[in-house]
Amino acid sequence: MKIIVAIKQVPARDSLLRVDGSGKWIQDSDLTYEINEPDAYALEEALQLKEKHGGEVIALCAGPARAAQTIREALAKGADRAIHIVADNLESLDALGVAQLLAKASASEKPDLLLTGLQSDDLGYGQTGVVLAELLGMPHATIIMAVESQGSSIKVKRELEDGWFQNVEMPLPAILTIQSGLNKLRYATLMGIKKAKSKEIKVVTPAELGGASAPTVQLEKIYVPQRTKQTQIKEGNAREVAAWLVEKLKTEVRVL
Amino acid sequence: MSVLVILEHKHRMSWETLAAAQQIGAELGKPVIAAVIGDEPELATRQLSQVYSIPAMQYTADGFTSAYEQLIKKVSPSVVLFPHTYQVRDFAPKLATRFGKTLVPDVVKVRLDGGNLVMVRQLFQGKLNADYRFTGAVPAFISIQAGAYRVESLATGTAPVEVFTPVATEVRNKPQDPFRESSRAVDLTAAEIIVSVGRGVKEKENIPIVEELAKVLGAELAASRPICDNGWLPMERQVGSSGQTVSPKVYIAVGISGAIQHLVGMKGSKTIVAINKDINAPIFEVADYGAVGDLFEIVPALVEEVKKAKA
Repeated sequence: MKIIVAIKQVPARDSLLRVDGSGKWIQDSDLTYEINEPDAYALEEALQLKEKHGGEVIALCAGPARAAQTIREALAKGADRAIHIVADNLESLDALGVAQLLAKASASEKPDLLLTGLQSDDLGYGQTGVVLAELLGMPHATIIMAVESQGSSIKVKRELEDGWFQNVEMPLPAILTIQSGLNKLRYATLMGIKKAKSKEIKVVTPAELGGASAPTVQLEKIYVPQRTKQTQIKEGNAREVAAWLVEKLKTEVRVL
Repeated sequence: MSVLVILEHKHRMSWETLAAAQQIGAELGKPVIAAVIGDEPELATRQLSQVYSIPAMQYTADGFTSAYEQLIKKVSPSVVLFPHTYQVRDFAPKLATRFGKTLVPDVVKVRLDGGNLVMVRQLFQGKLNADYRFTGAVPAFISIQAGAYRVESLATGTAPVEVFTPVATEVRNKPQDPFRESSRAVDLTAAEIIVSVGRGVKEKENIPIVEELAKVLGAELAASRPICDNGWLPMERQVGSSGQTVSPKVYIAVGISGAIQHLVGMKGSKTIVAINKDINAPIFEVADYGAVGDLFEIVPALVEEVKKAKA
């Protein structure tokens, strides 16, 4: 099974975010970055499918030069090779534009399966996988909790709302967006990290891929959301905070 | 030109999105047209210029995308709205792509600025907001977050209903019947008080610290998704878009940052208390009371204070 995993590099989960001078993005010079968490689960699922059925796992990532770090981590965990679409100005594209680049880089590989996380922790569009499916003419399913290979088709377990699930069968090649928590994530071994150094990272530019269409959606500005509620805040000594809270629960909320 | 609102059959968020569509339609001075696959007779009693009723079919992304593609071509709307449900997330981006457009998903507010739509959505799990605009030709595709618009503002009236039967298309996916893993033994929706635990608890061994608080308050213990993913608490105790939606009298969020997927499951609570070390955590945006500090110090102290108050 030849599997492409589309991964994204995002600011680390606990980053302190500040709006930059342009008002259109965050100050990103002093941030640390990591793999988008749902994409880490997509990678894990790809590696497990390869272990069961053989084949190849290719990590695909669009991002600036710094994304190479995240790509190397994917290789260290066991991906066989990688494709890095190097672009500094991906934010000037919309979700369709980025997906077009990913689709063009994927198409020539003719994968059996393309996996990605169900959404990104930064922009949270949650649509790259579905858009890729339409662009590549493949069937897809989203929010996947389990994948079972059946030769020329797969059976997947989709998460629905309110604790419901559904099994869906579809022919290969197909695209799945993977839900967090579906497997336990592995760590890169020392051997894996060593091996990763000799693995191929193919670097391509958006221009070499034929570019993307002009965006139809533009991010105009970002800002810290206004509080919609009057939140009463208490900081300090734990005992004082606890006493304050109990007082509120007693006199204002009246549940004690 | 019109506002077309594509609803999900028998889904509570459909009515919120209908309210959004009425509001946006009124601001733009455009008629609102509703469409749904499956019978939804109540739509005829809402203030709409037209309802398209599409005969019921089993959900597949291929089938729904094709049906709505045909309807959009017939109606030629300038705006297409959806509720941001799991089903919509599965097909709306495909539908927008078919028109060469990008869906603006999970929108919390749509406003008009100089005659143009501005969509507000959350970034970085709710830590920041962003304003988006459409720059291309119509139609514009938008999905609306749960709870962003209120059902109470929905205007009643009468609407003509027309059956629209799309030409069938090739469907590649074979879906089976939905199922539940376990009979849901825990009904969080009945609880008066919920104490909910998140990533901040750090490890499974620490869960009893929070469980003790639930116990002394006579509350149900709940959790955010990562806790259930790790198997620290059973899935049936999960609150959020993939778990239960609750609105207790008091919801106490312990070590929960407040990702959007969690907030949609609990922001209807009458009173929200947040205990978190990070004052910038989005949970404080929805909290009535915020205790900022180390949960491992505050929660045990709170247990003692509650015991005292109840004695």
